[in-house]
Amino acid sequence: MENQFFVDSEYLSPAALEKKHRLETDPSSRKNHMEYMPGMEQIESDVCKNVMTQVESYDYSRYTARDVKAALEHETCTVEDFKALLSPAAEPFLEQMAQRARLETSKHFGNTVYLFTPLYIANYCENYCVYCGFNCYNHINRMKLNMEQIEHEMKVIADSGMEEILILTGESRSKSDVTYIGEACKLARKYFRMVGLEIYPVNTDEYHYLHECGADYVTVFQETYDTDKYETLHLLGHKRVWPYRFDAQERALRAGMRGVAFSALLGLSDFRKDALASAMHVYYLQRKYPQAEMSLSCPRLRPIINNDKINPLDVGEKQLCQVLCAYRIFLPYVGITVSSRESAKFRNGIVKIAATKVSAGVSTGIGDHESKYTGKETDGEQGDEQFEISDSRSFADMYRDIAEEGLQPVLNDYLYV
Amino acid sequence: MDNDKLVIGGHEFHSRFILGSGKYSMKLIEAAIRDAGAEIITLAVRRANTKQQESILDYIPKGVTLLPNTSGARTAEEAVRIARLARELGCGDFVKIEIMRDSKYLLPDNQETIRATEILAKEGFVVMPYMYPDLNVARDLANAGAATIMPLASPIGSNKGLASKEFIQILIDEIDLPIIVDAGIGRPSQACEAMEMGAAAIMANTALATAGDLPMMAQAFRQAIEAGRKAYLSGLGRVLTRGASASDPLTGFLRD
Repeated sequence: MENQFFVDSEYLSPAALEKKHRLETDPSSRKNHMEYMPGMEQIESDVCKNVMTQVESYDYSRYTARDVKAALEHETCTVEDFKALLSPAAEPFLEQMAQRARLETSKHFGNTVYLFTPLYIANYCENYCVYCGFNCYNHINRMKLNMEQIEHEMKVIADSGMEEILILTGESRSKSDVTYIGEACKLARKYFRMVGLEIYPVNTDEYHYLHECGADYVTVFQETYDTDKYETLHLLGHKRVWPYRFDAQERALRAGMRGVAFSALLGLSDFRKDALASAMHVYYLQRKYPQAEMSLSCPRLRPIINNDKINPLDVGEKQLCQVLCAYRIFLPYVGITVSSRESAKFRNGIVKIAATKVSAGVSTGIGDHESKYTGKETDGEQGDEQFEISDSRSFADMYRDIAEEGLQPVLNDYLYV
Repeated sequence: MDNDKLVIGGHEFHSRFILGSGKYSMKLIEAAIRDAGAEIITLAVRRANTKQQESILDYIPKGVTLLPNTSGARTAEEAVRIARLARELGCGDFVKIEIMRDSKYLLPDNQETIRATEILAKEGFVVMPYMYPDLNVARDLANAGAATIMPLASPIGSNKGLASKEFIQILIDEIDLPIIVDAGIGRPSQACEAMEMGAAAIMANTALATAGDLPMMAQAFRQAIEAGRKAYLSGLGRVLTRGASASDPLTGFLRD
């Protein structure tokens, strides 16, 4: 059973609908997704080739229980061991994997769990990514906050106690240009200790500018490393160019960012291969940029406005837990973030095993923090959400729940130097 | 033993256990002070850089010396900036320099550490550099004005013990500064062994933080460190390598 992603809006003009349908049904009407568009910087790097060689040769059906047991016995988890841990043969060993993962997490991170919140400042988007609520053909309330509104949102969030923020936009260079995002970073530096970005991929000089504005962590989700599948999901816009997106983290590191975050969106393609690719992306970049901090997320597909049927298919909570444990055992030093896409129950469990960072007080909408945080009705306009969240706990609730689990909530462990 | 003091930058301490900063919790600090007798507590400046900072600083009892570290620094310049910030935050003049350009093993960068030591010692800091045990580097650090040398025993957080034992022994033998073994000490017996070798003090964190009974492990470290220190001061007896040995196997012929 595949997800049915195509939804027609009655608000689209006949011409727009016609173009949308052509993109959906006629592959020849779509741009070559492996070809750079004008203005996109191309860097020399062997990371992509290395990652894809591993992924292409990965046949997870050939791993057995013996390989999994051997992997769990090894002190250092090799690439081969990691492949075994990701395979179906490892599913019966989930508890043993969790035990080992917990040990590795405690060695590197103790019992700490970091808290952050995302702030969406605009939801305009020029891409047609069929599974995303912000896609340009989806009829939603569009909005871009001005600096005054951004500062208001930041104050509300900072007052809740949060010290780390992740600034997000839809992918529209024309509506949310780099300078606009840079100004938002400068404001964020006033209210938060740590400022991260999750925006459209940009060139090295632009990452450098954003770093100078106060951002120090760049998150780019590759969505899927399966280029053929990627082509069928990202039909229009800059995001369609797969290799430019792949090199985003490397450009960010070259520009001086302290850390970068990676992820595939599980449920889009073969999740085992995508999980392998995400981890190998981290692995090879870490060897090349050993000073960088790296983190992984593991989001699964969620329902969006106008399409509530979207789901993560064969990636159940058990499979997700397996992937996260395998990540932790293979890459004990990386941060692992689990977002509010997952349920409170799952997040409470996974922070005790492998996750080191969770979001709280989350809204994926635009300009609605005051109403969501205080219940106060505002006259102000609000922009619609990117996807439905599952865990809606506030900052205070999350802080309390983590502490009650015997873990230590940490709001900041970071200095901008 | 009462007169056996650890002197760092002109300050005297009786305890030879220093709490590291890696796994930070109030329970750990409490056990380190009460049960391990720690008089020096490390605090990562980046971790203290929070709105909760006052509660963290308030928690350190008077009489306990705060040792801010520069973790997160990737260059000498960044370490210097973090050290100055620590001073501004009211953390005093002690600073432990940690400079890592490696996020996987967190191994210290010796060259950058020498540069930072030189700058900060000139600014009046009591500089305690974390380093990979290399004799030439240790000499450079001493010449740059370091107050102690802090070689790693094994990778930080690994609890693997004295993997670099031979090289730490060389530092103890050759450097006229207190050698404080930092990172990788996982068991009280390893702490004891380092103290027997002549180390001036032990810094540990993970070994306590990940123990089943934190206060009891803290006590065990205190006793192990004291035992090792006494053994060192008393002069270790000879160790027979294999079987018994004749009293003068080679020079017996010189006996009258």
